[in-house]
Amino acid sequence: MDAALIIDAAYFAAAFLFIYGLKRMSSPVTARSGIVVAGWGMVVAVLASFLYTLDVNAAARPHLPTNITLAAIALAIGLGWAWWSGKRVAMTAMPQMVALYNGMGGGAAAAIAAIELLGHKTHGSVGLTLAVLGGLIGSVSLSGSLIAWAKLDGRIDRTLRLPGLQLINGAILLLTVAIGVFMVYRHGAVAMPLIALFFVLALVYGVMMTMPIGGADMPVVISLYNAFTGLAVGFEGYVLNNPALMIAGMVVGSAGTLLTLLMAKAMNRSVRNVLFSNFGAGGAEGTGAIQGTMKSVDAGDAAINMRYASKVIIAPGYGLAVAQAQHKLYEFVKLLQDAGVEVKFAIHPVAGRMPGHMNVLLAEAGVPYDIIYDMEDINNEFKEADVAVVIGANDTVNPAARTNKSSPIYGMPILNVDQAKQVYVIKRGQGKGYSGVENELFFRDNCSMVYGDAQKVMIAMIQAVKSLEGGGH
Amino acid sequence: MEYATTVLTGFVALYIFMLAAFTGYEIIGRVPSILHTPLMSGSNFVHGIVVVGALWALLNASTTLEQAIGFFGVLLGAGNAAGGYVVTERMLEMFKPSDKNKG
Repeated sequence: MDAALIIDAAYFAAAFLFIYGLKRMSSPVTARSGIVVAGWGMVVAVLASFLYTLDVNAAARPHLPTNITLAAIALAIGLGWAWWSGKRVAMTAMPQMVALYNGMGGGAAAAIAAIELLGHKTHGSVGLTLAVLGGLIGSVSLSGSLIAWAKLDGRIDRTLRLPGLQLINGAILLLTVAIGVFMVYRHGAVAMPLIALFFVLALVYGVMMTMPIGGADMPVVISLYNAFTGLAVGFEGYVLNNPALMIAGMVVGSAGTLLTLLMAKAMNRSVRNVLFSNFGAGGAEGTGAIQGTMKSVDAGDAAINMRYASKVIIAPGYGLAVAQAQHKLYEFVKLLQDAGVEVKFAIHPVAGRMPGHMNVLLAEAGVPYDIIYDMEDINNEFKEADVAVVIGANDTVNPAARTNKSSPIYGMPILNVDQAKQVYVIKRGQGKGYSGVENELFFRDNCSMVYGDAQKVMIAMIQAVKSLEGGGH
Repeated sequence: MEYATTVLTGFVALYIFMLAAFTGYEIIGRVPSILHTPLMSGSNFVHGIVVVGALWALLNASTTLEQAIGFFGVLLGAGNAAGGYVVTERMLEMFKPSDKNKG
């Protein structure tokens, strides 16, 4: 059997396994096996690719031993580093890690484009156009993802704000595209410095485009770059006549685009707004003039009140994970469940750092997914709940989003915690949410604040309930 | 690029792109939002297949510059694939229903 046939068969198998794996990943019951299935697709495709060595370009033949060595070293370093870093990253840091790996994929796609263009290997205007486009998108994804990673990881905390930044960015993009068009027009016969300039400009554009975007919007941006990388991979797949890249890339390109739109919708932001306006760290001003006063309550009292409630709904936010309080929270929830209290978790679509991130963090603490509910499934239940507990969340429970048209978060769907008979808000201090908006909820009559570090508060609550049970004997 | 028996040009390529795009859309469209983060990570892993293309480019490199770029391409692609797999698997491993948890 000849090598080409084996390669083709392997790619066909890989494409099937990727799609089947993603399909399995779309339900919590089968998700675990889905990634394993997709993983086998990758193994098959990469192993088959070594058959390329049997039939390389005439020009590359003398270099083959060197190239094989280089490939082995690159694979070993890339695999080893990513495996090591992926195993030890904390669940809270997952979004920036995904950004980093995604940027690497974009970089790989850009590298393929660079080799094709520099070596004048691609012919035909369709192939050239896609090579150029893939190179542009891949480069933007690489540098943009790196900035997103650095920002979420706290390595860059400045948000670039320049007058006329959009104009400068527009000019850079225009120039990049112009060089790209020129390359296609000249059938790829352009000097090396110009090709280099094309990639440098694309990288710069990725940086400039991501710098002004605030931390709150970053998940949408990461998801967008994920879709970008998919597209770039698909385009380079065409250039290399490789169906596995074409199919996998395009599936991710469209899935990622849809995911980006879903996320943006959940945050009540349009993708255009995220990219071209500065909300995330902007000077969002609350209008002040909030009626009522904030009351605080002791953690133990709140816990005992919950112990004798019949229904408690918990609305967790990123603050819970920052305080590493998920495990203690679940311990407390189990105590409540043992006492016959019905406990449910309500997850806002943007709780955590990106949609679904909170679920991962709760799952890490062992919370079963069938007591965790999406916002739209549980929002009608708050009015029947005796207690709603808000932990480390703020903007996602702010009633101003419903009523106050001047509020920057107006129109964002929120969890209806304010409809519960009693609301407890566990919060470190009196600070504002990510958007910098004052929260009306805290001033409501049925709301009491429990101040303190989330983990310490949970420990106090556990003790309060336990001492109650102890006294009952 | 005569190393494969398939030749995908013109409309055949366009059909593939179109069908693949719909496939991706359909898969994500029905997903509960609790799985959005693992799924984004999972799709991030899937485009790690780019390592295969980078491998081809490196193995066919004939100048030092091409070798250098190809080397980084394979390195980055391998990182994308391996990292994407590990974090996705770690996240999905934690999703358990109530019954199993109690047992």
